[in-house]
Amino acid sequence: MTRLDDTLQTLKAKGKKGLFIYITAGAPDFATTIAAVKAAEQAGADVIELGIAFSDPIADGPVIQKAATIAIQNGATTKKVLDMVKTIRSFTQIPLIGMGYINTMLNFGVEKFIQEFKAAGLDGMIIPDMPHEESADIAQICKDNAFHLIEFVTPNTIQTRIQEICTSANGFIYCVSVNGVTGVRKIDYKPINDVVQLVKKETIVPLAVGFGIGTPAAALEASEYADHVIVGSAVVKLILEKNVAGAGELIQSIRQALDKGGV
Amino acid sequence: MTVEKVGRFGAYGGQYVPETVMPVLMELQAAYDKYKTDPEFQAEFHRYLKDYAGRPTMLYYADRLTKHYGKAKIYLKREDLLHTGAHKINNALGQALLAMRMGKKRIVAETGAGQHGVACATVAALFGLECHVFMGELDMERQKLNVFRMRLLGSKVIPVTSGTGTLKDATSEAIRYWAANITDTHYIIGSVVGPHPYPTVVRDFQSVIGKEIKEQIKETVDGKVDYLLACVGGGSNAMGTFYDFKDEKATVKIGVEAAGRSDVDGEHAKSLTLGRPGVLHGAYSYLLQDDDGQVIEAYSISAGLDYPGVGPEHSYFKDAGIVQYVSVSDVQALNAFKLLAKTEGIIPAIESSHALAYLETLMPITTADQTVVICLSGRGDKDVQMVANVLGEEI
Repeated sequence: MTRLDDTLQTLKAKGKKGLFIYITAGAPDFATTIAAVKAAEQAGADVIELGIAFSDPIADGPVIQKAATIAIQNGATTKKVLDMVKTIRSFTQIPLIGMGYINTMLNFGVEKFIQEFKAAGLDGMIIPDMPHEESADIAQICKDNAFHLIEFVTPNTIQTRIQEICTSANGFIYCVSVNGVTGVRKIDYKPINDVVQLVKKETIVPLAVGFGIGTPAAALEASEYADHVIVGSAVVKLILEKNVAGAGELIQSIRQALDKGGV
Repeated sequence: MTVEKVGRFGAYGGQYVPETVMPVLMELQAAYDKYKTDPEFQAEFHRYLKDYAGRPTMLYYADRLTKHYGKAKIYLKREDLLHTGAHKINNALGQALLAMRMGKKRIVAETGAGQHGVACATVAALFGLECHVFMGELDMERQKLNVFRMRLLGSKVIPVTSGTGTLKDATSEAIRYWAANITDTHYIIGSVVGPHPYPTVVRDFQSVIGKEIKEQIKETVDGKVDYLLACVGGGSNAMGTFYDFKDEKATVKIGVEAAGRSDVDGEHAKSLTLGRPGVLHGAYSYLLQDDDGQVIEAYSISAGLDYPGVGPEHSYFKDAGIVQYVSVSDVQALNAFKLLAKTEGIIPAIESSHALAYLETLMPITTADQTVVICLSGRGDKDVQMVANVLGEEI
């Protein structure tokens, strides 16, 4: 049982919806990232997704692209993010999942990446440009190291692939709410819900829905379709303005909406 | 990275894309497998290549250029004579026909110099498809004429300001748009790059170049190709030229990259000769990247070669020694541009001028009984303004 599994099971036992907060490491600066992680946990985040910046983030919209550009300018190298994970682990045991593109891992050495980040306290990776078909080798290394490799489904994932994805899923399944990139917008949940219903027949691995969710009302709506809700761009936008307090307030208001079941 | 995987060339290639895109790649693969051998599709494709694009293109013996070097005979494969002025139309026609059979109503494309964008805008007009072309803001400024041509053809040209505002960012933005409009949109990638099956699809549509060379050289007194030259950015004209010669050991294949201004990071586009393998835009291939795996912006005087990645099959050809990859600088390419204009009355694209420039190195080691075939991938009309600027001449 990993730190992530533990947290997600506890949430389930309490009948609570989990709140996952994405933060780009090193944007607008390292100190703000650390402050934002603390603020997010205090405001009621259950899981932190720590973004590792890549120069060509094809799955991300304008806000997270901008954060990546700034982080790279600030020298947020893989090594530096590794150090940040250690720093974060010095003050919290909140589940921490890395979110980064495959080239970063290949460049660092996949096995070395997984072993060193695991040792530093990271609990798993979300790799938005690595679909299930490319994941076999890396999935094995992750498994050997008790490190989560998060699988995705989207509104147009076809049924035969849903079965394969669910077979290797662990930790949680990232349900992408909409075709496209990250960024706040109005979402029609019907298409992803159809996929979610199929996923639920295949696995008991918890589902987290993300992409487009930026307000308490949006999070509440999204939570009807999954066990957990992921919020990224809306929080990153405030953090980029160094408005950590504002980010904390947003997270807290989302937390309250999820707990109350209303806004 | 294991070797024997679907969609791989040796260790290279693959499908490093967001999950959203996967079903569509599978759809494209299925459609391509079906139509690749479908006589009706192939007949239609070849009819458009012939009647609309102007194939076959001539294999022209360049007598004055040959005399200039006084060594092997030089032949030019005249892709520059195609409709829209470059080899890009071969792929655009093939993919548009495929898109229509998949029931797609809209095409999206990226463009650097604008040649692929113009080719896509052209086929979109031809077939009545909606077309969105993503182009870096900087490239739009450098290639105003092509921007206007695309708009004239009824396409929407969308400026890309993210990243550094060049071809790499235009490609990322086209992929993002595609992911958001995946059900009714086909992405016509412009080179032998991107996730599987694109490198194969584009290669096959471009391989008509090498097939024609093979037939046409038989008609000449020489009857054989000793050296085959093409420029390499993403590498579609080079792959199209080399592919049917890949097993011909007697033909030396040489791909010419853009060496830009210097070997300093950010001053060249030598992905194969100075890069190391990594993933950009869905494929594992040689890539210009820094110690941390961040992609380094490429530079070349030629907007069409200004790309930090390269097609994965070229990476395989490099490692397997099937093709030699070399590079020439901006200045060398400019000299070749001027030389061809004056000796043959042909103004080549600045991209193709890179292949021509390598003659300076190659010709001294050739002999009079040998032949050199160069893919003249495009015409230089689009480059005249830029070349005048570089030469400090007002027009």
